[in-house]
Amino acid sequence: MGSLFRSEEMTLCELYLQSESAYSCVSELGELGLVQFRDLNPDVNAFQRKFVNEVRRCDEMERKLRYLEKEIKKDGIPMLDTGDSPEAPQPREMIDLEATFEKLENELREVNQNAEALQRNFLELTELKHILRKTQVFFDEVKPELSINSCYQQMADSQKEDENVQLLGEEAMRASSHPGQNLKLGFVAGVILRERLPAFERMLWRACRGNVFLRQAMIENALEDPSNGDQVYKSVFIIFFQGDQLKTRVKKICEGFRATLYPCPESPSDRREMAMGVMTRIEDLNTVLGQTQDHRHRVLVAAAKNLKNWFVKVRKIKAIYHTLNLFNLDVTKKCLIAECWVPVLDIETIRVALSRGTERSGSSVPPILNRIDNFENPPTYNRTNKFTKAFQALIDAYGVASYREMNPAPYTIITFPFLFAVMFGDLGHGAIMMLFGLWMIRKEKGLAAQKTDNEIWNIFFGGRYIIFLMGCFSMYTGIIYNDIFSKSLNVFGSHWKVERNSSEIMSNNYLQLNPATNEYVKDPYPFGMDPVWQIARSNKIIFQNAYKMKISIIFGVVHMIFGVSMAYQNHKYFNNRIGILYEFVPQIIFLCCLFGYMVLLMFIKWNKYAAERPNPYSSACAPSILITFINMVLFKEANKPPEGCHSNMFAGQGFFETLFVLIAVAAIPVMLFAKPWHIMQQRKQSNVNHEVQPIATSNGDAESGVVNQQPQGHGQEEEMSEIFIHQGIHTIEYVLGSVSHTASYLRLWALSLAHAQLAEVLWDMVLRNGLKQIGWGGGILLVITFSFWAVLTVGILVLMEGLSAFLHTLRLHWVEFQSKFYQGQGYAFQPFSFDTILETGANPNANEE
Amino acid sequence: MKICGPKCSICGMLISVWGVIQLLLMGGFYYNKSVNLVGDLVIGTYTTPQQFYAMADAAYDQAAYNCWIAAAIYLLLLAMSVWQLKVNQKLKEEAKIAASNFNIK
Repeated sequence: MGSLFRSEEMTLCELYLQSESAYSCVSELGELGLVQFRDLNPDVNAFQRKFVNEVRRCDEMERKLRYLEKEIKKDGIPMLDTGDSPEAPQPREMIDLEATFEKLENELREVNQNAEALQRNFLELTELKHILRKTQVFFDEVKPELSINSCYQQMADSQKEDENVQLLGEEAMRASSHPGQNLKLGFVAGVILRERLPAFERMLWRACRGNVFLRQAMIENALEDPSNGDQVYKSVFIIFFQGDQLKTRVKKICEGFRATLYPCPESPSDRREMAMGVMTRIEDLNTVLGQTQDHRHRVLVAAAKNLKNWFVKVRKIKAIYHTLNLFNLDVTKKCLIAECWVPVLDIETIRVALSRGTERSGSSVPPILNRIDNFENPPTYNRTNKFTKAFQALIDAYGVASYREMNPAPYTIITFPFLFAVMFGDLGHGAIMMLFGLWMIRKEKGLAAQKTDNEIWNIFFGGRYIIFLMGCFSMYTGIIYNDIFSKSLNVFGSHWKVERNSSEIMSNNYLQLNPATNEYVKDPYPFGMDPVWQIARSNKIIFQNAYKMKISIIFGVVHMIFGVSMAYQNHKYFNNRIGILYEFVPQIIFLCCLFGYMVLLMFIKWNKYAAERPNPYSSACAPSILITFINMVLFKEANKPPEGCHSNMFAGQGFFETLFVLIAVAAIPVMLFAKPWHIMQQRKQSNVNHEVQPIATSNGDAESGVVNQQPQGHGQEEEMSEIFIHQGIHTIEYVLGSVSHTASYLRLWALSLAHAQLAEVLWDMVLRNGLKQIGWGGGILLVITFSFWAVLTVGILVLMEGLSAFLHTLRLHWVEFQSKFYQGQGYAFQPFSFDTILETGANPNANEE
Repeated sequence: MKICGPKCSICGMLISVWGVIQLLLMGGFYYNKSVNLVGDLVIGTYTTPQQFYAMADAAYDQAAYNCWIAAAIYLLLLAMSVWQLKVNQKLKEEAKIAASNFNIK
């Protein structure tokens, strides 16, 4: 048996590695990806392991790289991804890497800090610039030589309607009416977030009882907040007040609203001077900021070139130390001991890799790889390529095969698309699906390179070969059903013709063509269904149902018989004679006698009965298969046939039917009791022998005795009652299952009917509207209805119907087919491989269909 | 000039290709008076077979021309989609060049 049909033969190996060469050996094995290491210190926690320090250093390096990556992404610098994976660096190179990352990180942090400080400075200056510019407007509203208090008057006059101003204005007037008392008005200017302004204004009004005067102006362009880089809109405000008490109050409120206050000189000349100073400082800052940004950019561009490479290196180092942590330390501390599962066929490759590793590390002592015998269950390893991978994934989704049991995946490659196509039979829809699959296969490399997190796309892409095959098979069944978008193709010319005179046709709405007369050419359409059925509105479904139901049952029974014979292969491989005799044989007899016979009846009916034949075999005499089958199981006499017909299809039918049912019924107790009974007998036998055994082992070699006894002890754990119950469940499942599973295959018919009907409805309801136009405008309407129809065809018929047919096919494989032989109780082989580690590290949610 | 985005133009292109192929073929089938497609025709009331045939022939021809007109419109749409696709690709490349220029700066 080739390895395609069963999982790889695995063996447990013990690996002795020199401490010096262990690292490079494990690195080589990681590149190879064929070895699954076992944890030899499961009760030691993560912090007590030998290489915990190295792992921690790798974590730290990874953190730094992630920081760099984040900064690079923030600046939108493209990262060079060559897709190659450099070898894991030597441990001593780790220090270099660490130093490089440390330097880069520090540099970047420093640059960022400087940039932030500069930006804050820049923001302050910009705000100040705006304040000076805006307040200038307020001050300019009065004549420059007037003192501040009279400027109030002016402003109060200009805004009489404002209550705020009115109050102050009165006060100002009162103040001016006492010339001896010089009114000293102070002001503060600052900047506040625009959305806080209304609340700020209200607060000022309430707290100062209307005795302050606030003017504000918006800063039109957004300013950048240096702490988080957000764009914020701010407003300049200026508050006039009188007296120190109000000043402290105003300042407190400003503080409370996070407004920034800036010093603003009173005299215009000072302000102008200050504005000039601010402008020059802003320009200086701009150049400095530009240089800082350039520097940061240069650092990041340099880092972006190597980042992916570094990630790969660090992840590899980390993986190696993680693996080394699983190893056992020899007493002398010179040597590391590992246990690993390896495929037997690959032992030589692994040896070569190990010696390469030793060479690289410069050590002279070669590592030792020893096969050890044990009775543990080895992992299941199915070698796959890009084509079989998706099919294997479908099987593994149900359950990973037990070690070395028959792997259904190779058969699934054909049966899966075929059963799908039986449900999805439409040349047009199949072609769309096939083209989609073909496109994905043709563009495979490019599409695989651009990794996306889009789960739906990943599912489609992972299953591209399945989709392609499903499309091809659907095209085939579409030709058989003669169905393309619910129309038929008349390639060879229909074998039906109308041979009635025109008056008869004119006077009848419905006419049935009789296959017994000349209206049928007497030999069928060369390939698939006759195209005329597609326009036979009244009896198309009746005809197709009879055909599709029968083929569904035929395919189902063949599929199940195939499944049972897979069980034979399993019993044979595991030397399970009891299984063959008391499970496989009665099972296959049961299935063949009942359902195999039913399939036989279908073929007999198809061959013997025809419309043009004389009476015992005319179409009117054809018996119903289902009724015949039910009568057979119930030992009932067939109903009285119509005049001139036989109730039986062939001579001796009654006798054979009774015989088959009796054999099938007799097979049930064999399935139920024979195996447990046989085991019971065997145990009694071995119990007699067992009394002699202790003497034999005590004499023998102690170690070999232990090893030899293990398998025997394993087998006797199960109790007799459990075996009986287990066998009972198994038998009931099989017997009832055969009935229900056969019926379950009728879903092939049901879905194909639904699909054909849905396609027809879509054509009639949508596209027909465009076609049924009398005038020339029909062409334009047709464009619209066609695109509508095309979108619905893809969305509903190909995608949704395709998904439903896919799920039903999956069920037919998992339940109806695999329940006949598949245990699915193994565990998957998970080799230590850099490829998978890097893939999951870079893209944590990549999965298969 | 950009009218629609890259996805929209690809979608338009696919539907147009499909439309051109299928409508050309369907036009041919109508022109050849395919019995299978008779359900999609409007045939009025008739009293004699000759009348029926005349009306059916006219309807077949009309449907065939309509299909070909639609196919021609789809051909135009196809050209437009391809043009839009090119425009979008160009825009993308320009954006790429601009980004790299910015990086160099």
